[in-house]
Amino acid sequence: MTEQATENRTAIPVTARVSLRVNGVEHHLVVEPRMTLLDALREVIGLTGTKKGCDRGECGACTVHVDGRRVNACLTLAVMQDGHDVTTVEGLGTPENPHPVQRAFVANDALQCGFCTPGQVMAAAACIAEGNATAPHRIREWMSGNLCRCAAYPQIIAAIQEAAQADPVDPAHAR
Amino acid sequence: MPADTGFDYVRAADTAHALTLLDTPGAKPIAGGTDLVTLLRSGVDRTPLLVDLAALRGQAVRVEPRPPLGGPGIVLDALARMADVAADGWVRATYPVIAQALELSASPQVRNLGTVAGNLAQRTRCPYFRAEAPTPCAKRSPGSGCAARRGVQRGTAVFTADPDCVATHPSDLAVALAALDAEVLVESRAGERTIPVTEFYRPDAETVLRQGDLVTAVAVPPVAAGSRSAYLKVRERASFEFALVSCAAEVVLDGCVIRSARLAVGGVAGHPWRLTEAESALVGLELGAPAVRSAIDTAFAAADPLPGAVFKVELAARAAVRALRAAGSHR
Amino acid sequence: MSRARTRVDGPAKVAGVARYAADHPGPDLRHLALVTATVPAATISTVDTTAASAAPGVVAVLTHENAPRLAPPVGAPYGGRLPLQDNEVHYDGEPVAVVVADTLDHARAAADLVRVDYEVRAAITDFTAVTDLVVPSPPPRWGPADTNVGTPEPAEVTLARVYTTAARHHSPLEPSATHAEWRDGRLFVRDATQGVFGVRTVLSSVLGLPREDIRVVAEYTGGGFGAKGYVWPHQIIAAMTAVHLGGAVRLVLTRAQSFTSHGYQPPTRQRITVAAHRTGRIAALEHDSVSPTATYGGYVEMAANATRVLYAAPAIRTSHRIAPVNTILPTPMRAPHEGPGAFATESLMDELAHELGVDPLWLRLRNHADVDPTSGLPFAAKDLRACYREGARRFGWERRPLAPRSVRDGHDLVGWGMASAVMATFRFPASARVRLRVDGTVVVEAGCQEIGTGTYTILPQVAADVLGCPADQVTLRLGDTDLPETGMTAGSSTTLSVGSAISAAATTLTAQLAELAGADAVSLTGTTLELDGDPDRVVDLADLFAEHDLVEVTADGSFTPTDTGHSLHSFGAVFAEVAVDEDFGTCRVRRLVAVYNAGRIINPLTARGQMTGGLIWGIGQALLEQSTLDHELGRFVSKDLAGYLVATQADVGELEVAFVGEHDPHSGAIGARGIGELGAVGVAPAIANAVFHATGKRIRSLPITPENLL
Repeated sequence: MTEQATENRTAIPVTARVSLRVNGVEHHLVVEPRMTLLDALREVIGLTGTKKGCDRGECGACTVHVDGRRVNACLTLAVMQDGHDVTTVEGLGTPENPHPVQRAFVANDALQCGFCTPGQVMAAAACIAEGNATAPHRIREWMSGNLCRCAAYPQIIAAIQEAAQADPVDPAHAR
Repeated sequence: MPADTGFDYVRAADTAHALTLLDTPGAKPIAGGTDLVTLLRSGVDRTPLLVDLAALRGQAVRVEPRPPLGGPGIVLDALARMADVAADGWVRATYPVIAQALELSASPQVRNLGTVAGNLAQRTRCPYFRAEAPTPCAKRSPGSGCAARRGVQRGTAVFTADPDCVATHPSDLAVALAALDAEVLVESRAGERTIPVTEFYRPDAETVLRQGDLVTAVAVPPVAAGSRSAYLKVRERASFEFALVSCAAEVVLDGCVIRSARLAVGGVAGHPWRLTEAESALVGLELGAPAVRSAIDTAFAAADPLPGAVFKVELAARAAVRALRAAGSHR
Repeated sequence: MSRARTRVDGPAKVAGVARYAADHPGPDLRHLALVTATVPAATISTVDTTAASAAPGVVAVLTHENAPRLAPPVGAPYGGRLPLQDNEVHYDGEPVAVVVADTLDHARAAADLVRVDYEVRAAITDFTAVTDLVVPSPPPRWGPADTNVGTPEPAEVTLARVYTTAARHHSPLEPSATHAEWRDGRLFVRDATQGVFGVRTVLSSVLGLPREDIRVVAEYTGGGFGAKGYVWPHQIIAAMTAVHLGGAVRLVLTRAQSFTSHGYQPPTRQRITVAAHRTGRIAALEHDSVSPTATYGGYVEMAANATRVLYAAPAIRTSHRIAPVNTILPTPMRAPHEGPGAFATESLMDELAHELGVDPLWLRLRNHADVDPTSGLPFAAKDLRACYREGARRFGWERRPLAPRSVRDGHDLVGWGMASAVMATFRFPASARVRLRVDGTVVVEAGCQEIGTGTYTILPQVAADVLGCPADQVTLRLGDTDLPETGMTAGSSTTLSVGSAISAAATTLTAQLAELAGADAVSLTGTTLELDGDPDRVVDLADLFAEHDLVEVTADGSFTPTDTGHSLHSFGAVFAEVAVDEDFGTCRVRRLVAVYNAGRIINPLTARGQMTGGLIWGIGQALLEQSTLDHELGRFVSKDLAGYLVATQADVGELEVAFVGEHDPHSGAIGARGIGELGAVGVAPAIANAVFHATGKRIRSLPITPENLL
């Protein structure tokens, strides 16, 4: 499609009803089709733990789990996830009751400014569940979709190794 | 300026429904969305209607006997997720080049969304095409020329058949499939047809698909007994980057002598570049022989790179040599 | 005292409950979208906002024609160019309009409908093509433009070389965001900033509002690296729009806009010459650096600063010139000045070692500067020799073969290289307050920032050290103009500057407590005070406070940088092992060993993260990061994180970091110096020198890419 197709666009955006199960809670939204899952989580549902770093799938800060798989929430539309099960960082654990990955990130100083951290944590939890958190070189490759500009990378590897030992592969999550 | 534009969205109930919807002028299918969502939201793509194919997803990988070649080939569902194909046991054992190409693509998150057909149909990564504000680019504005021709050239093709576009196609999977002589199965309301992956792209890195077309599957023929294959990707970053050049190699050896070889190179043209001349010249050579490089060079004789991409000719030839030897030494 | 302590803000950050500037909802929140220039130099002939104004959800569209008028800025080192005030365009990406709408998608859709026509002017974006170079005036903040000391000795070997570094973008993961609310005549701003006070100063001046009517808050900033240090047009636009329309607005830059909205590290072209005796002693050094600035303001990348201090040359001459181009104003980026500069100085030292046939580390020790060779001042607590020694030991440097291309591993050529690191110590005036409550909790207040360096964790440790209590008993309030004023959190200055102010406040607090308790000294433990170091003399805070009718005891402290007659620099030694694929020219860093001499380390855990992070920044500088300008379009190409390559997890090899040396009594009150910038210095030359050792190829231009090494 070139930009000549402009006249085919609808003038008034249509809206769609979407049901998302987020962190175990059912949400019924009315959104425009162009709204990403990321914006739906942040702006409509109010879960701002998931971060927007690039809005183009190039940084991983918006990583969430959809039906147990890690995905970039900026690369999929909210309407496309109708009826699906979404887990955000808020659903993984809390400051008072952290997930083993979250605990290991703090213990190993695997964060600095913290902006990429929710995405790192969600990717790390998936990486462990997938069975990819084995040798350091394998974790490095399977965590390379999450940029950390502060570059806490070595500490992130250490945290994932520690969490992987504390939390062996969950067959229900492994795919 | 980035343009978020309104568009309609419909979930197709089945293939027939999808085909009807896709006949709407400008309508496009969406499955993973990893490329199209970005293009839509940055204003590069102005599709008025998205047809969501999620309901059409079938078994990711089917093993099928495909006479007359003997052994079983495979059929990849168009909507199979990249991660699922890469993880498939049969694919990993029989077509390692496919699994490797996929696992060297993008990131685990993207591979969990992206699909086979979407990966093949993704659009070029040319920075001028994807710029936040329009640049001279024939894809975005026909007749406006090509900023890359006089701009930043290291990502451009070294086989430049289209005067208006020097884009390369970024799919790793397409390169692997091209080496394996895979075919794309396409349906439209006019009927079904198959398109070899090597003929699936135009010189400007666009697919040959027409309005109303729907990719339903990719068929990969069986490989000969003793087939070995590998995918090699050269890039600056160690991970999560598109290829500077890449090469898919499939080889059958007799001892250390090449009985047959198939090679496709990425990053050098608007489509995966099969090294057809080289493949015949390689037959009968020892895998480690210096003549392998001369045989591969025959396939690059026609290269006509822009000054900023000249180095990629040498890089691609070296990648082809290395990929061939890597394939030969696998298993 | 030095103690590893995990981040107190860690649990909030890993759970996603730490809120950044763009994370605050509001019932009347409106969203802004910028329309930015697509040409580098022009006069705007017309702006048509008709379609945009009529688009769904749009509240207003502001352009230079209808935006509120702004007053001249105070404290605005971004060049003083105010947004939406005239019809001139000075760089691609300059804001030309802003759309206000009910949702982000509506704002962005309407922004696309704003039509701007330009009368395009000739532009220049290639600084190497600028012939009329400018002598920086007034002199840069970071030292004189030119220095010239000593008399060159006659020398037997002279090497003159040109090194270049690329334009780079800070690319913090958090895009800059400003949330501004105008209610009841007061402006409240949440900003992604490295300095709330700088934001308030600029907004106060341009909007004509008294400072006391503006509050700027930043509890968490998602990385800055210099990009969020100064105040840029987007922050002014958000505040101006909030005041103009009332209520709350939020402006978040797109990733593409972040490449043209808050500066960049300018590329440099550095001519550097060393003259030396065959004995290895340097006879003279000359270092002349040219870098671009904007047409509307001056920024100088002080690349030759490294050469001013690193080696004991009898004669050192340096200069900096700037070339005005049509880009946004460059700005400091980790690591400024010495970061690009040490690439030239430390690569040239490697070239000299090769020329003389001597070990590069030996050559550095041979020319070690015992005093600052340009100022003649003694260094504050310098122990660079220990860095060299300890780094070499940990790395195994003595096993290095002298000749290049000596080590091969399969397809890889393996090489070892080293370089020195040096960074000037930045210090800012700072003030702080320490409160002790009757329940024993200590609250430290200072308006500095948490940008990832561990401020929430480290500064309470400083107060706790003075008070004698555990750090967990102390909490820090920061990032708020209602708190005591500090400088910006930039240039590795905060721990040293604010820490010194906190130390002073805590010292005053203990003196007050001692006086109340009738003792000479006190130490706080839980809710009791121990008097004069005697475990048997303990007074309960509740009793003491009741006796004096107090609910809390408060003390203020401040830090003013003073000239102690010392040259204030941190040092280090970086050792690199690289593997270069001989077929493809791809270079991977297998391991880095770095040893630093940076004064007292308050928290070794967070300090390690600063240094490993800096090392990885160095890997990016050496091998990946470059923003390419298309000079025909006058624009940066690839304004995204797929085209602008920052290191991924897979690009990082084994990193080993250590510190030597202890308390620095000269830089501040707590013995510390800056560390974060230092970690990013010396890595690129160590890698480039290792690439030479691996391949025999001397690459004098960063980044080192495959086409250089084929």
